[in-house]
Amino acid sequence: MANALKALTPLGHDAPVSETIGPVTITENVGVALASLASRLGREAEVATVAQAAGIPLPGPGRAETASYGAIWLGPEQWMIEAPFETHEDIVAVLKPLFGEAASITEQTDAWVRFDLTATDLPALFERLCGHDLRRNGTGSATRTVIEHLGCYVVRRAENQVSVIGPRSSARSLHHALITAAKSAF
Amino acid sequence: MIINHPLLGPRDSQEFVYLGDAALIRRPDGMADGALDKFIDYTYLRDNPAGQHRELWYHEQGDRSWLVVTRNTVSHEITAVELARDVARTEGRSK
Repeated sequence: MANALKALTPLGHDAPVSETIGPVTITENVGVALASLASRLGREAEVATVAQAAGIPLPGPGRAETASYGAIWLGPEQWMIEAPFETHEDIVAVLKPLFGEAASITEQTDAWVRFDLTATDLPALFERLCGHDLRRNGTGSATRTVIEHLGCYVVRRAENQVSVIGPRSSARSLHHALITAAKSAF
Repeated sequence: MIINHPLLGPRDSQEFVYLGDAALIRRPDGMADGALDKFIDYTYLRDNPAGQHRELWYHEQGDRSWLVVTRNTVSHEITAVELARDVARTEGRSK
């Protein structure tokens, strides 16, 4: 066994899967490390100051932003922080010294599967998948909603690019739902 | 039914879970005198109005916030939606 400790992707392969169906391309993205960040009670201002200095955006409700790090709003005073896996594999070890006791930080990388979707008409695809209306929610919107009975984050990175971040243990079910909707829509 | 989330705007009620009467956020002090009687009331007694009702909803498939929704139980019209956190704070509890 040459490489016994090589990690599998969420879909269970050696390399991420990418599939193109008509105008839609669905790509499994394994290049991002995730950590959740929650301000502790009474330390909110301190967290905001540290985050700004470190280039970590803290977007408002229903939004996602990118600076040195990416960030998705999860709830009041809670965010998901994104960083390149190559440089931030142990993302908590990087963030914890910055925030100290002002925030609670939890590693999330291996809890999630991320699919990046590109298509010219993403609203037509997502109106078949979830109740989140992409026609009204443009670039920079991010929310948690239900896709295929799974709680997923839908992050609109650009007009024609959306990331779906869902539970890793249901990666194949979610992938199947995305493929089915893409075949149905186009 | 659409619930107008105070932070996220209009969201389908499918994303929410209903708990019940908003009075449930006024949990009695278990160490006070007469706590037993208060807990019996708190646990078992509910008003069941035909009309305006304040109730707790949980945004389970969204940002997981607790909301206090003022809803007419006859017409289902929703007249106010607040974060339960803000309601508790205005009542002088929590921080």
